[in-house]
Amino acid sequence: MNIQDFEVMEHTADVGIVAHGHDLKDVFANAAYGMFSLMTNLDEVKEERVQEITLTADDREALLVEWLNELLYLFEVHNVVFKRCEVYELGEHGLQARVFGERFDTSRHEQKLAIKGITYHLLKIEKENGYKAQVVFDI
Amino acid sequence: MARPEALIKVDDYRWELPLSYKEGMRVPGLIYIEEVMMSRLLEDQALEQVANVAFLPGIVGRSLAMPDIHWGYGFPIGGVAATRVGDGVVSPGGVGFDINCGTRLLRTDLREEEVRPKIEELTTKLFYNIPSGVGVGGKLRLKTGEIEQVLEKGAQWAIEKGYGVVEDLEVTEEKGRMAGADPFQVSQRAKERGVPQLGTLGSGNHFLEVQVVDNVYDPATAQVMGVDGVGQVMVFIHTGSRGLGHQTCQDFLKVMERAADKYDIHLPDRQLACAPVKSSEGQSYMAAMAASANFAWTNRQCITHWVRQTFEEVFAQKWEIMGLNLVYDVAHNIAKKETYLVEGKKQSLCVHRKGATRAFPPNHPEIPEKYKAIGQPVLIPGDMGRYSYLLVGTQRALEETFGSTCHGAGRVQSRTAAKKSFRGVDLIRELGARGITVKVVNKALLAEEASEAYKDVAEVVHVVDGAGISRKVARMRPLGVVKG
Repeated sequence: MNIQDFEVMEHTADVGIVAHGHDLKDVFANAAYGMFSLMTNLDEVKEERVQEITLTADDREALLVEWLNELLYLFEVHNVVFKRCEVYELGEHGLQARVFGERFDTSRHEQKLAIKGITYHLLKIEKENGYKAQVVFDI
Repeated sequence: MARPEALIKVDDYRWELPLSYKEGMRVPGLIYIEEVMMSRLLEDQALEQVANVAFLPGIVGRSLAMPDIHWGYGFPIGGVAATRVGDGVVSPGGVGFDINCGTRLLRTDLREEEVRPKIEELTTKLFYNIPSGVGVGGKLRLKTGEIEQVLEKGAQWAIEKGYGVVEDLEVTEEKGRMAGADPFQVSQRAKERGVPQLGTLGSGNHFLEVQVVDNVYDPATAQVMGVDGVGQVMVFIHTGSRGLGHQTCQDFLKVMERAADKYDIHLPDRQLACAPVKSSEGQSYMAAMAASANFAWTNRQCITHWVRQTFEEVFAQKWEIMGLNLVYDVAHNIAKKETYLVEGKKQSLCVHRKGATRAFPPNHPEIPEKYKAIGQPVLIPGDMGRYSYLLVGTQRALEETFGSTCHGAGRVQSRTAAKKSFRGVDLIRELGARGITVKVVNKALLAEEASEAYKDVAEVVHVVDGAGISRKVARMRPLGVVKG
């Protein structure tokens, strides 16, 4: 699995990503990697902390939004940045994951974009050479 | 790409999007734009979004778009829509993630020649005293239960804590405290995100600028606002409700999506999710949104206090002596219940302003006593290399746009494109050569906020002034810029 498989998407006012993966678990993990890559340089981030995440949502697209928003919440409130995610359970309505990262420290970590929210705008999850997901962030 | 022939020219500044554009539109669209800006409008889906907003149950008048229109989520940025409170809907997408993102303008008695020699020191100190950038907390330490006070009382809380004076409230929209705010409709998560971020600027297009007045179009009106003439130093603040508002929007997008199903509301875009204003979901959103708006007013009030402290530190004078008074504070992402004459009848409406600024005319009951004769001040931030504007609201805005006007420049270039076109260019030095000192958290990100990435705000202001939905009073250019 290529953990960094995502690209940044052009959008006039904001920024989106397209994450790829051979299955949806990979896609979710890569979407998280993509989001944090916009916020900081993940090469500088260590894997010192592990956290378990369990989530539910109404459908798969909403689950992707919930997932990224959960990570954004952990970043803002607990001040941790994650560089690796293992999504080990993923269904239509829920997921379980283990995420690895460390405390965000502005003296060591680059401060890039601040993400305000995860939008439903142009949100899609598709089967194409494996799977891909597109998500736009409000900046 | 949208069809240009779909638009009907009304006059030089107005284009109508007729009902026939898309089946299901309840009202036509009206776009304030000049012909020269048309190609840009048609490049993305913004026009389609104006049409989609016209589907909202209870919408009255027109689905409006200001000249800084660009592609948003559900609503276009620069969109205004008024729905009937009685049987219409409220949509969080019509407000946006950054609830009560807004602007605040302070005036001073200082002249450019007094400030210029100290601009490096002043900008640096402002940069350190007002936290900004991703992952950075504020200096305030709220006690348990205090966040609820902030959400309920808004900027009034800040004044009680000594972050400003009562006079500041007089010249803040809603006096900095929106009625109907209920702290308990704001989720625990939103509060957790908000508490450490109170008193921070954020990043993206948010900024704090030391500016100088460089053109006065209407000296008599400017005088009423304490703007004495060219060369006068001003301070402009642009920020919002930070993580608290963002999470509140995120929470309610979910609630509204379920509500749209429940109330059988069919919309062409998931991001327009809404509920009847009078439903429990609609009421909860309005109460949570008002609380988030109060957070944003408190945020800008606290920042104002540190701006004054910083000026005191640098110029060794009391801020009162330097006349660092608030001119006005106004939101540009908000939904408000306001009363209008619709088809000859007084009606209570829910006015969504998504990247649009309230622009009430002279003698409107909602504006401060001291501005009764001139109309409500309207603050339009530009980009860091160009200008910002001070305008006033008009009667025509009240009659035509539910008392609304534009909110800023509006992006024309994506962040990636802007970054590419400035690769290798030292923007800080380039701006420095033009007399603009910039302090920024991440220099690499600065390119994304370059002037070239934005519409020229002068063009945007020209349209709203020409259309008569607000009136130019003065123009400011930046001397010192602080960004996240």
